[in-house]
Amino acid sequence: MHTSRLKSAAEGLAVPVAAIVLWQLACSLGLVNPMVLPSPAAVAVRWWAYLAPIEPFDPAAGSYLAWLFSGEMIQDSIGSLTRVALGFFVGAGLALPLGLFMGSSDTIYRHINPLMQVLRPIPPIAYIPLSILWFGLGNAPAVFLIAIGAFFPVLMNTIAGVRHVDGIYIRAARSLGASRLTIFRRVILPAATPYILSGARIGIGTAFIVVIVAEMIAVNNGLGFRILEAREYFWSDKIIAGMLTIGILGLGIDMAVSRLNSHLLRWHRGLES
Amino acid sequence: MSMHTASMHPAAVEALAERAMPVIAPAAPHILIEGVDKRFVVPGGEIVALKDIDLTINRGEFVCLLGPSGCGKSTLLNAIAGFSAPTQGTIAVEKRKVTAPGPDRGMVFQEYALFPWMSVAANIAFGLEIKGMKRAEIDARVAELLAMLKLTEFRDRFPKDLSGGMRQRVAIARVLALDSPVMLMDEPFGALDALTRRSLQDELIRIWAATGKTIVFVTHSIEESIYLADRIVVLTYRPGTIKQDIRVELPRPRDSASAAFNELKRELGALVTAEQHRFEAVEVKGLTTD
Repeated sequence: MHTSRLKSAAEGLAVPVAAIVLWQLACSLGLVNPMVLPSPAAVAVRWWAYLAPIEPFDPAAGSYLAWLFSGEMIQDSIGSLTRVALGFFVGAGLALPLGLFMGSSDTIYRHINPLMQVLRPIPPIAYIPLSILWFGLGNAPAVFLIAIGAFFPVLMNTIAGVRHVDGIYIRAARSLGASRLTIFRRVILPAATPYILSGARIGIGTAFIVVIVAEMIAVNNGLGFRILEAREYFWSDKIIAGMLTIGILGLGIDMAVSRLNSHLLRWHRGLES
Repeated sequence: MSMHTASMHPAAVEALAERAMPVIAPAAPHILIEGVDKRFVVPGGEIVALKDIDLTINRGEFVCLLGPSGCGKSTLLNAIAGFSAPTQGTIAVEKRKVTAPGPDRGMVFQEYALFPWMSVAANIAFGLEIKGMKRAEIDARVAELLAMLKLTEFRDRFPKDLSGGMRQRVAIARVLALDSPVMLMDEPFGALDALTRRSLQDELIRIWAATGKTIVFVTHSIEESIYLADRIVVLTYRPGTIKQDIRVELPRPRDSASAAFNELKRELGALVTAEQHRFEAVEVKGLTTD
């Protein structure tokens, strides 16, 4: 058991380690221009510098914790995550009730679905010009774009979830005397949660992609802004350090959402891992 | 009723005695089915699932609807439940015309139909909460039912963590919770292994004897129908009509190895097999012409 876990960890690490070694070799041997591709060591140094607080600790300026979190990367991450959270709650907050209505009423579905089908294929990025025109620069257009990114996955999955509720649960509830409202609240809604939550997971993933793009154009902090800024100074090591941070953060978010979903769906039989 | 009570487990009798319904004269009609037809429109025609069904089920009777697949027995049960109205004719329960499903007719499904997001206890409590019963009363009632169906230690489990037999116990408890005078059962034990099936059949008989419910039980198992029923209604394959209405007079508990049991089994076997052959002939023809 223990050895097999070690073994699988070793298997998982072998390829990344080999890639880093090759990358480092290519840089150390001078095969690539460090401006184009900095060495892994340089990226690591830069990543640490990006993470660490800029000023030395000064008790007069604030608490130790505040100082510890004063590094540029932490501030950027907080900025990006706040936008993701805001945008997601706006987008999902609109998509969920609309999806529930569209899923449970054929009339509403027939009226709204054509519009949704036309809007859905438009990537959130295509809304950039309009968002700037409407909201100017700053957080507002970023939140708008992220909300659009989160909206459609949640909407589509909520509709599907409501429509795919096994009729037998509704029949059982009716024969137990449940009213339409009770059936909706206590049968359809919980039965649809596996779909809704998987839509939310996709929605958060999309929101995280869109936040990076939005920050490149509309604001002057956040992870997306930072890597674009680094390009202007030809800090390729910082670009890669920022990308690394984006990857780690994205993975962390997805793992957390997946954990939450498993907990909420512990009753569910065929649980996605 | 005394005959059935004698076959009961003493503990079960005790547990149920408090809530046992008063024994009502056995001849009182409880479910009245008059001139029921049910037709389904399908591409290229119409299926006559039920035709000219007249059936009176008395209070406290245990009736099995028996027949091959496609004979309309589940259709008839669903019509009594109020899930799908007959094309023609009327069904009345307790002298009231059936127009919709309701808690006066509890339904037990073959697929259990437990709410998978609710624990065992929450599933049983569901109907009581809808009724607006007080929390303390609900808890007491649920505890009583859990004990009756030997589910107490599983009260906080989710349905996915239970065996088929356990799930069906929960489904039965959920229906019993509402104390509906009629219990409708759609091949409830069809998916269970033989041993689990027999133990649930015995349990059902005990519950029935103690509560005096009217039970309409759909099955395609001849053996099961003889083991359980007061009356076996054999249906024909399309159109579904009543082929024979047989009273089972064997004393309970019934011995499936006895001569009388097997005599009846042979008799019913001939009836059902004839319908099964018609079913197969139509299905095979359907396959070759499609």
